[in-house]
Amino acid sequence: MITELGHFALVLALGVALVQMVLPMVGAALGWRGWMAVAEPAAGAQFILIASAFGALMWAFITSDFSLQVVVANSHSAKPMLYKISGTWGNHEGSMLLWVLIVALFGAMAAWFGGNLPDSLRARVLSVQAAIGVAFLCFIIFTSNPFARMAVPPFDGQDLNPLLQDPGLAFHPPFLYLGYVGLSMAFSFAVAALIEGRVDAAWGRWVRPWTLAAWIFLTIGIALGSWWAYYELGWGGFWFWDPVENASFMPWLLAAALLHSAIVVEKRESLKSWTILLAILAFGFSLIGTFIVRSGLLTSVHAFANDPERGVFILLILAFFMGGALILFALRAGTMEAKGVFGIASRESALIVNNVLLAVACFVVFVGTMWPLLAEMFAGRKLSVGPPFFNAAFTPFMVLLGLALPVGAMLPWKRAQLGRTAWRLRYVFVAALAIGGLVWAMQTGRSLIGPMGMFLAAWLVMGTMMDLAARTGRGAGPLRRLLRLPRADWGKSVAHAGLGVTMMGIAGLTAWTVEDITVAQIDVPFEVGDYEMTLRSVEELRGPNYLATRAVIDVAKGGDFVATLSPEKRIYPVAQMPTTEAAIDQSFLRDLYLVIGDQQSSGGWAVRTYIKPLTVWIWIGCAMMALGGTLSLSDRRFRVAAGARKARAVPAE
Amino acid sequence: MRRLALIVALIGAFASAAWAVQPDEVLDDPVLELRARALSKGLRCLVCRNESIDESNASLARDLRLLLRERLVAGDSDAEAVDFIVTRYGEYVLLRPSIDGVNWLLWAAGPLMLLIAAGAGGLYVRGRSTAGARQDASLTEDEAARLRDILKK
Repeated sequence: MITELGHFALVLALGVALVQMVLPMVGAALGWRGWMAVAEPAAGAQFILIASAFGALMWAFITSDFSLQVVVANSHSAKPMLYKISGTWGNHEGSMLLWVLIVALFGAMAAWFGGNLPDSLRARVLSVQAAIGVAFLCFIIFTSNPFARMAVPPFDGQDLNPLLQDPGLAFHPPFLYLGYVGLSMAFSFAVAALIEGRVDAAWGRWVRPWTLAAWIFLTIGIALGSWWAYYELGWGGFWFWDPVENASFMPWLLAAALLHSAIVVEKRESLKSWTILLAILAFGFSLIGTFIVRSGLLTSVHAFANDPERGVFILLILAFFMGGALILFALRAGTMEAKGVFGIASRESALIVNNVLLAVACFVVFVGTMWPLLAEMFAGRKLSVGPPFFNAAFTPFMVLLGLALPVGAMLPWKRAQLGRTAWRLRYVFVAALAIGGLVWAMQTGRSLIGPMGMFLAAWLVMGTMMDLAARTGRGAGPLRRLLRLPRADWGKSVAHAGLGVTMMGIAGLTAWTVEDITVAQIDVPFEVGDYEMTLRSVEELRGPNYLATRAVIDVAKGGDFVATLSPEKRIYPVAQMPTTEAAIDQSFLRDLYLVIGDQQSSGGWAVRTYIKPLTVWIWIGCAMMALGGTLSLSDRRFRVAAGARKARAVPAE
Repeated sequence: MRRLALIVALIGAFASAAWAVQPDEVLDDPVLELRARALSKGLRCLVCRNESIDESNASLARDLRLLLRERLVAGDSDAEAVDFIVTRYGEYVLLRPSIDGVNWLLWAAGPLMLLIAAGAGGLYVRGRSTAGARQDASLTEDEAARLRDILKK
């Protein structure tokens, strides 16, 4: 019964979304206030209906209702409750439902908190948002209906993929979707502004919080995913340049660029058409990501639902929204003239440098991701583009970005003197150089990655502190002034320092990882780096829905006990799948990462050991970036811009 | 979802349940072994999805690792050993695509785009810096009033 209600709510939501798409747009064009006003309640209703459908599906998972095909394919009655719930979005149909739920959520938020938007703009934004909802609701209802029943319900399900039965991964997809779909708001604002024919400082201010929120969610989602890959897969890697990882990384890069260019629109009324284009492209890359994951077009380790029919449907959606928006852009971009005047050396120019670097970096990732396909189609060559290419082609842009950032962040608006700002950073530069040099002197005969990374990290973190210090000025009470800085300034500093911290972690892990593969005999110590490992015992265990082989390994350094680690390997009998559970001893300086392999014919066990310096800072940096974004989002001017209730009636254009 | 399909595809290969490089594959000569590891990170496991033979558990990856080590022990240079494998398995095994033929476009894409973008950005900035007609007229009176009004709330 609940399932039927959910199904019904989903179809009804499509009807509401159709109304929300058409009426407000017509109303805004003809100046009919009543028609425009439909958007607001419709957005709320659409959200509530889709939320009910999603709740019904979740209920089916919680109660293990095996009359639903999705539940049979992705659940099992013995599964822990957390994974029954996360199983709702751990499959193609459910995750698409979550996707439209978030589209509707953002639409409803814009309706509820967009009180100070001009009526016509709000009506158009909600209408475009509803159009996105309509497209994906059709996709769900016609190609991947989660409420499809089984003719003959089985007694039990086929279990969720064991790799997904992990708290880190349970919340990775919702965050990613909040990010992907959050960019749909920027898209809706961009298209609405193009239809409206008006982009001004206020538009920049309205679109920025949505972009910022989407970027924060993407940051968290990507960080969770890479953290999960790091501890769960047993390779000790954190990023594989897999097509699907790239699919989430490209919108992140563009969202970061969009955040910065929207500042220029807001403060200086320049860069308007570029910002609009960026908003369109950022969401476009979200759609491309969806397409890559669900079509199986590119061979990826993430393949989700490799169904050509679904792929074609998403391609049509992509073509419609991108094609439509870009044509609109081509027609209207000329009308958006820039107003702000600024010198060649200025904050505006620095933000343009930021945008150039981020956008080109995104382009490199895009070309690398699509190249195997292009080369096969046009040159008949079957080839691979893997991590070595991306590391070589992408990294230089991040290095340039890191080099430029502290100077750019301190340049004054409008007209600046590059020399003066650079001069204020002289001590920071020398100190960072000294740190890089020291690291270079300490390591022997290895690559430049380590010293370069440490230099950049020091340069970014200390440069940020310099920026904060400069704002306190001289005279009495610098500390009090520091605390009274706007939260947006704090957010900027924390996020920029976070980028430096992440770079430090990546450089440390890439440059100085020590790896060892050995056959360990019980109670016979072996050495890796400065550490001495001793395999104490290996035992067989039985978990709730798996069988495990667990090793106990003591780690000592210079005779002092460090930790006892218990790496496991598991077999999930229902899904017939083995997994590794690496044991990690984490500290701020290094991770000790142990994986247990098979028993060897000699009686010993294969043990892989990694010592990974500074690794934990990768995710600390990501957390700092997300925190910085959140601080910025909580700044007063966004709260008032996004949250003000009907401040005043703005006459329709 | 990561690596999921890979693992699904590999269930069959798990009879021997090998985890990437095995202790018995490691060469006695640490210099050769280091070269072998570095090379195998750049070679793709053909039955896997986007994984190098260094990290793959598939039995084919193991065969390739052993083959690579054989060539190195036989005295091949790095390039010779890789060529040996490429001539047998095609350029699909190279995770770092070569620069010949159309592939120069792939490698040049980043630098070229940077030039174009920097050029466009530079022109825009120059245009803005010489557009001095409306000094500091970033907001019209009406817009400034609206912003002030929003901020006051």
